[in-house]
Amino acid sequence: MTAKSLFDKLWNRHVVVPETTDAPAVLYIDLHLIHEVTSPQAFSVLEERDLPVRRPDLTKATLDHSTPTLKAGTDGRLPYATAQAEKQVERLIANTQKHGIELFGLGDPRRGIVHVIGPEMGLTQPGKTIVCGDSHTSTHGAFGALAFGIGTTEVGHVLATQCILQRKPKSMRVTVNGTLPEGSSAKDMALAIIAQIGADGGQGYALEFAGSAVRALTMEGRMTLCNMAIEAGARVGLVAPDETTFAWLKGRDRVPADWAAAMADWQTLPTEDGAAFDKEAVLDGGAITPMITYGVSPDAAAPVGGSLPSTDSDAARHANDYMQFAEDRPFTEQAVDRVFIGSCTNSRLEDLRAAAAVMRGRSVASGVTALIVPGSEAIRRDAEAEGLDRVFLDAGAEWREPGCSMCIGMNGDIGQPGELVVSTSNRNFIGRQGKGVRTVLAGPATAAASAIAGHIADPRDYPSLAREPEHV
Amino acid sequence: MFEPFRQLTSGTVVLKQANIDTDQIIPARYLTTTSREGLGAHAFHDWRYDEAGAPREDSPLDGPEHKGHEILVAGPNFGCGSSREHAPWALADFGFRAVVSSDIADIFKSNALKNGLLPVEIDAETHARLLERPGRQITIDLEEGVLRCGNDIEARFTVEPFAKKCLLEGNDPLGFLTDRMDAIQSYETDRQKAPA
Repeated sequence: MTAKSLFDKLWNRHVVVPETTDAPAVLYIDLHLIHEVTSPQAFSVLEERDLPVRRPDLTKATLDHSTPTLKAGTDGRLPYATAQAEKQVERLIANTQKHGIELFGLGDPRRGIVHVIGPEMGLTQPGKTIVCGDSHTSTHGAFGALAFGIGTTEVGHVLATQCILQRKPKSMRVTVNGTLPEGSSAKDMALAIIAQIGADGGQGYALEFAGSAVRALTMEGRMTLCNMAIEAGARVGLVAPDETTFAWLKGRDRVPADWAAAMADWQTLPTEDGAAFDKEAVLDGGAITPMITYGVSPDAAAPVGGSLPSTDSDAARHANDYMQFAEDRPFTEQAVDRVFIGSCTNSRLEDLRAAAAVMRGRSVASGVTALIVPGSEAIRRDAEAEGLDRVFLDAGAEWREPGCSMCIGMNGDIGQPGELVVSTSNRNFIGRQGKGVRTVLAGPATAAASAIAGHIADPRDYPSLAREPEHV
Repeated sequence: MFEPFRQLTSGTVVLKQANIDTDQIIPARYLTTTSREGLGAHAFHDWRYDEAGAPREDSPLDGPEHKGHEILVAGPNFGCGSSREHAPWALADFGFRAVVSSDIADIFKSNALKNGLLPVEIDAETHARLLERPGRQITIDLEEGVLRCGNDIEARFTVEPFAKKCLLEGNDPLGFLTDRMDAIQSYETDRQKAPA
């Protein structure tokens, strides 16, 4: 018997009708996550065809993209960016009520960014297939689940049939050997990988992240890593489940009642020795230092201590014209206007702790706006219980309500034209965080250090000033 | 559900940049819609309008020389970024029926195929030549899998066979899935008996 990869096993378990030359496989979906932006047109198709939602019990909804991160006003109304944003939120509430779908909506203590709350509640589990009308669905692959983003037409397919038509992608293993140095994070690892393989290096492949530096990551770190798989063009990013995974999931609300049986099954999932991959990439984890992006594509990433590389490509010149980074000058001389710490990439408790460790006892530089947006209500509560909100507020940063916020800028949280934003999100595309905004992607500690310095800064130059609180 | 796509002959609009992402194709602030209609007005919005909302004179999409051109030729890794189907909706509503590149992002490609917008991936050399010929007439024959421009350019391309058939016949893939409800039902029953 040929050795199988984690991806092979996940795929094989979910084939309802095998792939042929003429048709893709019919693949069963165990968990369908929906949100307000990419679902309304899918529900409309169901209504046009008079089709029910086949498995409302396997469909879970939240509100995150269009929702304000500012509290309701004195009139009790949330400050929506536009009337249309509010209408979109109302539409999801109506659609979920009509079809009997569980919604973690406004006021629900479990609400948050879709890719944060799935794992948090234990809905995300090893061995599952998970889809969502959002490209960062790859995040859930951190648990050894086959998870990928889909379009709205496919959201309709899954609502109607609980299945999706898919050709099996090729497989690629990205091995990060060695040990990540102190001061480097999973985000730095993700950016280093994308810089090496390119923004389309994973296109057509399901990625499996392996190697000692990956195994040493916490679940939060693994989620950050898999989240960014799509920025290398790969719809799927995977990390094999192990003791770290099981310990993180154990005791969460929605994990299987028969925990021992589930774990016994999950332990059979990891890639077997000798399994074949269509492509391999290898990195030395020990060489990964804090990274930033300097261009308008996530693969334009380099160590924070570097400077703009010389170029003769039109694309890079176009990016340089937009970013306005001075050639041959260190990145750390670039003045920063705004800092955003949040998003499905880096809004978890560990990320907030990393940012707080830098900000504790220091102040955000004059003229810099720093926005800290927890990924979920649960993270907001946990962070506040630890006093992290006080650290941020004392430093002069803003502490907001959970949501996607400045990562996509749909809810009104955006920068002003020309501003340089150091952001822990996932995309530095032109205009993504507001028209004319220049985005620099970084990890939470680098973003926090840049807020304090007022320019792009290396977090290793900002060691913790106080002992961190004991984490239970 | 849409017009069958067999052959298309049209002039091109050329956008040479690599990595044209979905935020360029349709900025996120236009995603609060609950309909799929009318997004063409916002296609490439920030490339076509300045900060005050006035049309840009240098817009690569709006000159009279591009009027009625239904083929977009774009740099490599076109459509990278988000899964928003609003991107192909916007391009189709703007009037495009095909996108030609050396390399088109997976989710965009999958979404485009479901909306009668043909993604055409051709070899890098031919692609480079097309990028230098903005406005020129191209013929795309889906059935044959061939793109031609003038007498000197011919490139083959493949489209996933199922999606190709759906496009040629104007079929919607949802019907294929709903026809397999029995298989889906028995998969669910088997799994309940022996949880994976």
